[in-house]
Amino acid sequence: MSGPARYADVATGTALPAVSYPVTRLSLVKYCGASGDFNVIHWNERIARSVGLPDVIAHGMFTMAQAGRYVTDWAGDAGAMVEFGVRFSAPVVVPDDDAGATIQVSGTVEEKLDGNRVVLGLTARSGEAKVLTRARAVVRLP
Amino acid sequence: MSTVGINKDYLGRTFPATSPYEVSRVKIAEFAEAIGDPNPVFRDRDAAQAAGYPDVIAPPTFPVVIATAASGRAVADPGLGLNYAMVVHGEQRFEYSRPLRAGDVVTAQSAISGIREVGPMTMLTTETQIRTVDGEHICTGFSTLVERGAA
Repeated sequence: MSGPARYADVATGTALPAVSYPVTRLSLVKYCGASGDFNVIHWNERIARSVGLPDVIAHGMFTMAQAGRYVTDWAGDAGAMVEFGVRFSAPVVVPDDDAGATIQVSGTVEEKLDGNRVVLGLTARSGEAKVLTRARAVVRLP
Repeated sequence: MSTVGINKDYLGRTFPATSPYEVSRVKIAEFAEAIGDPNPVFRDRDAAQAAGYPDVIAPPTFPVVIATAASGRAVADPGLGLNYAMVVHGEQRFEYSRPLRAGDVVTAQSAISGIREVGPMTMLTTETQIRTVDGEHICTGFSTLVERGAA
């Protein structure tokens, strides 16, 4: 958000500030419609519990989208992504209240590659749970 | 052990490409709203052009909207033997040539690029290429689904 990151100014090992993103039941309803993924575990608490989940959970791709926003906001260019990968390690549980849940994303500059490419290692947590692991983005910077 | 075994003959199999999908400004804006990202380059053509793009661009995870239609054909193929009720999304990765943008007309084609059994679980990886109808590569999505085996 603070202007585009520049390749020359980026240092390996730099920790990027964590950002928290809210997720409510309304977020999930909207994401169902926008993505076309209407899996009932993302909107129906009764069925979510019946298959052993603690409550309704967010789409993995919703969580990945928050990590994507973290990266593109840092880069200052929403089209800077060259590669982006995550492992979904735990669900984001979204209670039926006004507060919902929070996804906290943080990152570190892991490596600078040729071609003005920068590798970010990402971490995403919700409450005590680490919801993404092996999360990594490669962006091309000016 | 899985009660229904996965058919390993499907490794490497390529499925038919989807019909052309036209990326619209309205759909990109809807998706950006759904993920809660207020970035104007997803909504406003002038903002996108000021950032160097010909039209509004899509967020990095938007291609899943298109890729799922193609990879769904692969994972739902009855001959594959995947028990979809037991499936969770394990991993996702994209490799991009450029961002999708409004006006792109694209198709998606999936192949099964990995089948792995780890204890009672089966990991199925699909690789989905998204290209414009003119053949320009936009991105490739790698999606790993995990089928939890029945005890």
